[in-house]
Amino acid sequence: MADCLKDKVGEVLLPGDVFSFESKPEKLICGPGLRRNGDEILVCKSGILRHKQPNMYWIDSQQRRYVPAKGESVIGIVTAKSGDVFKVDVGGSELASLSYLAFEGATKRNRPNVQVGDLVYSQFIIANKDMEPELVCIDSCGRANGMGVFGAGGLLFKVSLGLVRRLLAPQSEIVRDLEKMFPFEMVVGLNGRVWVKASSTQRALIVANLLESCENMTAQQRQALFRRVSDGAS
Amino acid sequence: MEVEEQSIIALREFGCEQNLLSRPDGSASFVQGDSSVLAGVYGPAEVKVSKEIYDRATLEVVIQPKVGLPGVRERAREQCVRETCEAALLSFLHPRSSLSLVLQVIHDDGSLLSCCLNAACMALMDAGLPMGCLFCGVTCAIDPEGRIITDPTAQQEKNSRAVMTFAIDSAQHRVMMSSTKGSFSVNELQQCIAVSQRASEKIFQFYRDSVRRRYSKTL
Repeated sequence: MADCLKDKVGEVLLPGDVFSFESKPEKLICGPGLRRNGDEILVCKSGILRHKQPNMYWIDSQQRRYVPAKGESVIGIVTAKSGDVFKVDVGGSELASLSYLAFEGATKRNRPNVQVGDLVYSQFIIANKDMEPELVCIDSCGRANGMGVFGAGGLLFKVSLGLVRRLLAPQSEIVRDLEKMFPFEMVVGLNGRVWVKASSTQRALIVANLLESCENMTAQQRQALFRRVSDGAS
Repeated sequence: MEVEEQSIIALREFGCEQNLLSRPDGSASFVQGDSSVLAGVYGPAEVKVSKEIYDRATLEVVIQPKVGLPGVRERAREQCVRETCEAALLSFLHPRSSLSLVLQVIHDDGSLLSCCLNAACMALMDAGLPMGCLFCGVTCAIDPEGRIITDPTAQQEKNSRAVMTFAIDSAQHRVMMSSTKGSFSVNELQQCIAVSQRASEKIFQFYRDSVRRRYSKTL
């Protein structure tokens, strides 16, 4: 079972591909795009099969629509204030709710200063298909830990979810190539939203355009483009 | 049912491009000979309360003709495509949300319904929606001499006695949907199904190659 899956790691799979147990079922963890169906494993998304030790498998696909998942950090836009919750647009099929108490140092007396239209970097604590998704801006110890409302300035844009995951991967090559050019601040949400702030608007736009264009490039093409741009930008 | 040796399964040249539109969540264009369809998928997105289904996603299919307004013929095709997509999609994974599929006919040179089905499947795959299996459309025409022509052009369809379109699934190569026009015998129908099943293997192989090409840069 694990062998036939292991042989396919790094290959492109299509929905409808099935792996069936030949011997005794082993323990394995199915990530996004894989479903356990009785004695077999069904692929339900197109993409590349990935593997992580010891027995985790998932499909890496290039979709654009975000589906909330528990524990993921996203950039949301506050769209409404109603009573004690904020409604936040995260790009999913419904608005997520964010309690005003879920900020660092917030109490009933001391409300956080959040206006409609603000951006928040927050994490899902409830996200499943049957319930309204819920966000928080604190970790389990009650610390902000980098989450909360964004300051003024900066530029928000959308990229594909596949690119976002490549940016967030440890030792991402794209980020390493980008940061050689000039200093800038970047926040990447798993919902495909990226926020960039640089010393000038022009530089922020350069980063945004580069990220959008390097999605379908090989490493050599990307490095050539970055070199050309940094010669022009300096 | 065995396919007779003399009926050669000749399909026109296919072509496909995924992710070519920037606004929709998934898009694809599919070309079969001179027939060409562009598909865009939006979803899972917010749904109108009146169309909400509590345990699965609502799928909406719209076919836009090349010129003029959509009429009865487009509505009939929409229904065929919608029912096929509903059977393939695992829509219970996104309850209370809407999926909309828009198919724009670029050019009609026969086998339009099968071209719509193929474009729809590629677009759904591009959008990353969960599917239990893939599907493809195959059109067969029976000419006045009783020969079976797969993937006919508009002229061949016009001269034929009967035209049939089948949607075939990738898991067991079974018929998911059929749409027929004209008169034919039971034996001819069985033969057309067998021919379509053979032809579907070629189309699924093409799907695989074109998705592999798309992901080749990130392998």
